[in-house]
Amino acid sequence: MNTPTEPPRPAGPSAEDSRPAPVKAVPVRHPGRWVASGVLLVLAAMFVNMLVTNEKFNWPFMFEHMFSAPVLNGVWTTLKLTVLAMLLGISLGIAVAVMRLSGNPVLATLAWLYTWFFRAVPRLVLCVLFGNLGILYQNLELGLPFDNHWMPLLGLEGDARFFSVPMNDVLTPFMAALLALALSQGAYMAEIVRAGLLSVDKGQTEAAQALGMSRGKTLRRITLPQALRVIVPPTGNEVTAMLKDTSLVSAIPLTTELFFQLQAIGNRTFDLFPMLVAACIWYLAITSLLMAGQFFLERSFTKGDRKAQAEIAIMQSKAGH
Amino acid sequence: MSGNPSGTPDAAGLPERPADDLMVVADGVHKSFGRLEVLKGIDLQVRRGEVMCVVGPSGSGKSTFLRCINHLEKITAGRLWVNGRLMGYREHDGRLYELHDKQVAEQRRDIGMVFQSFNLFPHMSVMGNVIEAPVQVKRESRAQARARALELLERVGLADKAESYPRQLSGGQQQRVAIARALAMRPELMLFDEPTSALDPELVGEVLEVMKDLAREGMTMVVVTHEMGFAREVGDNLVFMDGGVVVESGDPREVLGDPKHERTRAFLSKVL
Repeated sequence: MNTPTEPPRPAGPSAEDSRPAPVKAVPVRHPGRWVASGVLLVLAAMFVNMLVTNEKFNWPFMFEHMFSAPVLNGVWTTLKLTVLAMLLGISLGIAVAVMRLSGNPVLATLAWLYTWFFRAVPRLVLCVLFGNLGILYQNLELGLPFDNHWMPLLGLEGDARFFSVPMNDVLTPFMAALLALALSQGAYMAEIVRAGLLSVDKGQTEAAQALGMSRGKTLRRITLPQALRVIVPPTGNEVTAMLKDTSLVSAIPLTTELFFQLQAIGNRTFDLFPMLVAACIWYLAITSLLMAGQFFLERSFTKGDRKAQAEIAIMQSKAGH
Repeated sequence: MSGNPSGTPDAAGLPERPADDLMVVADGVHKSFGRLEVLKGIDLQVRRGEVMCVVGPSGSGKSTFLRCINHLEKITAGRLWVNGRLMGYREHDGRLYELHDKQVAEQRRDIGMVFQSFNLFPHMSVMGNVIEAPVQVKRESRAQARARALELLERVGLADKAESYPRQLSGGQQQRVAIARALAMRPELMLFDEPTSALDPELVGEVLEVMKDLAREGMTMVVVTHEMGFAREVGDNLVFMDGGVVVESGDPREVLGDPKHERTRAFLSKVL
């Protein structure tokens, strides 16, 4: 139909068979990819060979102890610590972020100080510090402040304390670990939550206020739910980081935790390396589970978007493709 | 403004309460952002059932004034009454006391507002948007709120979109939902902040139609707009603002047809 000099005509709606033929061309060759693949294959083969032939791995020994009762108990403690520390840390983070963004200068300063301190001190140091808090006081007591100063001034005897428990009963190694990790996590979560809250358009707050919603209600119903889309992805990373950081609590010492248990078996049997590999495998397995959970959580938080995208796709397909 | 209807403030002193037929009374309203003075003394009244259109170039302070009416912006001087109540303050023995967040929120319940950028809640369905305030603020039952929401959505022509999310709607549809959302609180006054400025030209009509219906039903409305046709057709009063003051006001047909001030004439010659 067309002479070679004529520009191609656009296909009309009725001309079903006048569509141009698909482009046929020789694809670009990538020799570099073949070379790189070859090198990597050889390296991978060497690695697998080492895993199988090096007897120091002592696989039967590892599998035998990897699922022993103290190790499984350690997994349980580690999981419990991770979940509780994260729950506490997230609640604390939300509270601190709201304090920081509130108009109250006292609360805002306090929130800043808290974040400053707990982000500056390493978690390992915090763990040891909290493990030794018992040095400060023998008993944990509840009463009126500074009673030892003002009671003598008023000529009163005794003290104004209503409640007292031994410090060691309250600050068990598990509690010390939980406190150290949760307080540290709270500081990081506060920053994440703050970024999330700031990411919500100001118009949303104004719309809520114009409808007569109070500040607290606006936060709970409007701002925070929208901030979650920004908060959830980094929080997922924080959960995996927390899982790994629970290995620090052996310094308190909290001995029921996973890594300590594996190491203990290794030390006792003078066969440490397989137990270190077992630790890698355990952390790898739990982290993979957590990442899968994060994937589904994030997907559910972008639901509104996905629905819209699906509808656009349907509309486009109806428009005639 | 010309004339001084009964109950409005005069130079001698401020009345405790404006007359009942006045929905909005602004008396010497000033607003500064730091050193920038955006409103330099606005005096005006909006009667019950009246539609007042506010026009003017950008930066003239018209949107800021609208936001002062429901106390989204705190005024820096003057007085502003809505429905006979001083907005954001309590006056006692000649002294002003700031109101608490909750009390301001309570004052705002009678005032609906529609924004240029719609500001629908993206994480809630259309139905969720409309029933949110009645359920959360007025403690209406969900069933009751839903029934009323359906009525309102019917009225703005979007009953079939109740379960959609804002993102799935066109700009015009979103703005109509925003109007329904504001109406769900049964406001006595509706504020419109350039409600059609963010819309594609072909979607402007559907929103203006809903607003005209509202005006016909006797809703008191203050409309900041660039739609001179709307002002001429629906407006009972037109205010032209520039540089933080009211330059000229009166019947829209007169102001638009035969502006008295040079500044008004210059502005209108560019937009008409």
